Amino acid sequence: MGQIVLNKVQKKFDDVEVIPPLDLTIEDGEFAVFVGPSGCGKSTLLRLIAGLEDVTSGSIQINGRESSDIPPAKRGLSMVFQSYALYPHMSVRKNIAFPLRMAKLDKAEIKSRVENAAAVLNLTDYLDRRPGQLSGGQRQRVAIGRAIVREPSAFLFDEPLSNLDAALRVGMRLEISELHKRLDTTMVYVTHDQVEAMTMADKIVVLNAGVIEQVGSPLDLYHNPKNTFVAGFIGSPKMNLMTGEVAEKAGAQTLGVRPEHIAVSDSAGEWSGVVGVSEHLGSDSFFHIHETGLAETITVRADGEVNFKHGDQIFLTPRTDMMHKFDGGGNRIV
Amino acid sequence: MAPAVILLLGWMLVPLTATLYFSFKKYLPLRGDSLENGLEWVGFQNYTRFVGSSSFWPSVQTTLIIVGSVLVITVILGVLLALLLDQPMWGQGIVRILIISPFFVMPTVSGLVWKNMFMDPINGILAHLFRFFGAEPLQWLSQASLQSIVLIVSWQWLPFATLILLTAIQSLDSEQLEASEMDGAPALSRFWHIILPHLGRAITVVILIQTIFLLSVFAEIFVTTAGAFGTKTLTYLIFQRVLESQNVGLGSAGGVYAIILANIVAIFLMRIVGKNLDR
Ligand SMILES: Nc1ncnc2c1ncn2[C@@H]1O[C@H](COP(=O)(O)OP(=O)(O)OP(=O)(O)O)[C@@H](O)[C@H]1O
Ligand SMILES: [Mg+2]
Repeated sequence: MGQIVLNKVQKKFDDVEVIPPLDLTIEDGEFAVFVGPSGCGKSTLLRLIAGLEDVTSGSIQINGRESSDIPPAKRGLSMVFQSYALYPHMSVRKNIAFPLRMAKLDKAEIKSRVENAAAVLNLTDYLDRRPGQLSGGQRQRVAIGRAIVREPSAFLFDEPLSNLDAALRVGMRLEISELHKRLDTTMVYVTHDQVEAMTMADKIVVLNAGVIEQVGSPLDLYHNPKNTFVAGFIGSPKMNLMTGEVAEKAGAQTLGVRPEHIAVSDSAGEWSGVVGVSEHLGSDSFFHIHETGLAETITVRADGEVNFKHGDQIFLTPRTDMMHKFDGGGNRIV
Repeated sequence: MAPAVILLLGWMLVPLTATLYFSFKKYLPLRGDSLENGLEWVGFQNYTRFVGSSSFWPSVQTTLIIVGSVLVITVILGVLLALLLDQPMWGQGIVRILIISPFFVMPTVSGLVWKNMFMDPINGILAHLFRFFGAEPLQWLSQASLQSIVLIVSWQWLPFATLILLTAIQSLDSEQLEASEMDGAPALSRFWHIILPHLGRAITVVILIQTIFLLSVFAEIFVTTAGAFGTKTLTYLIFQRVLESQNVGLGSAGGVYAIILANIVAIFLMRIVGKNLDR
């Protein structure tokens, strides 16, 4: 139950090819996250799976069933929209019950399923309110409630947390992950936030201009980015990418090293530079180093106690076993 | 008081007091009554006479039938047309302007156009159409007089309803429709459970505004049936009393009844649909 297979799926809007033919398999029970910059086609891909857009060519299989021509309602999928898309004139109870009413379940069954979902999502006290009388986080939970009562074979989320404030986002992130553990249902989750992708995913799909750059587990992408795009996209702060002499010496066109893999010192090191902006988070400090001769800025991550000031001379030593080499085409050299 | 309020009060109060004043007087200008000579106070005589007339209750009934039918027709057709116009189609801009255009035709003109061009039993387009299909042409304005008036007035007001409802439909979040589609709602359920409730407020506005204007429909009746064949509304009856019978006092009493009727209808409507507005 819940395996999704995309076969040479292509999507054009009029003559613009938004998604060139791509193949992708999402296994049953997997938490797959689509990440990529704005406009790269994440939502389009999700809507193709949902059936809200028609594929231009190629095929989609859900549960081993050819689904490209099946209408959205019959695909057995639930979707949570970025705007939540709650029905404003219905109470929370009616919102959650709507898919069940449409499926013509009997009243008692609907009632018990709605109350179950409400209990799971802490919505019991709000069942008789209208969506307009709820906070953003509560609305989000109603949208999730409406998705889970149908017991779909997979959930589709389109940036469900992007309208929430930072604290709530962290909380809801955990709730959704927990829900996934409990339901053990396939989830496909779209986000442009790579922290969400890293923390929630079993499998990350990195998209760029409609093309899949890499598919893999979060740690796989972190340790073995296939190319400079993935290297720069996954990880926070971004990986330092250096070209020129230092890269050539290592036998590459581009040399990458993550901020957390550079040791800092005030006396000696392999590279040297001048501290620009420093960001102190308490647990860590990020320093942006200029005048290294390697790249415009090199970002390094150090312990929270380390304290350099603007304009200080600083020495850097990268961990050689954590360097990433890329060739002229931006692809990883193994 | 702010000047605007004073102006507004004067605007409303002067005609209202004048109407009230005349309604308690005997005022027949053709029989020599005039303001200079002073008018005779007759108490509630005008009121009892107006209600006592055999035309009174039928005119109230006619008024309500016209208002009710036009409301039902314009709202239902307005919703359907708005749904249709919301679909992407070729020549959308032109079609929209065409649909809106009847609203810019003056009531007198549209009444005459309908009477002479469409409903004329000999030369009207509808008569030709009937004959083309081998049917006896209908004497629209005498045989189906009330229906004809309803038809003309609906034609006048349909664009207004369509326009308001169309903007309301366009403000519906498309993700809501997509969500309901994924929730397994077929097209008819989507209309019933999502689109129609969304239109509730716009429908309320259409009903309230149209009612105000429909209660005083006049020109369309004046130029077509002139109040004959059971098309005499309360407004038309008052017009006849004042201008044809030259009885200002009696007409004014009728005016007061019209105000009362309008208020009853308004309260009634507010009860039914008004609660849609305070959401
Ligand atoms: N209905 C449409 N008609 C034409 N082009 C479209 C349509 N929908 C999306 N596009 C185009 O397809 C591309 C991908 O859009 P999509 O919404 O999938 O991006 P996204 O990755 O979800 O971006 P974001 O993170 O900003 O939501 C964009 O360039 C967009 O302009
Ligand atoms: Mg998107």
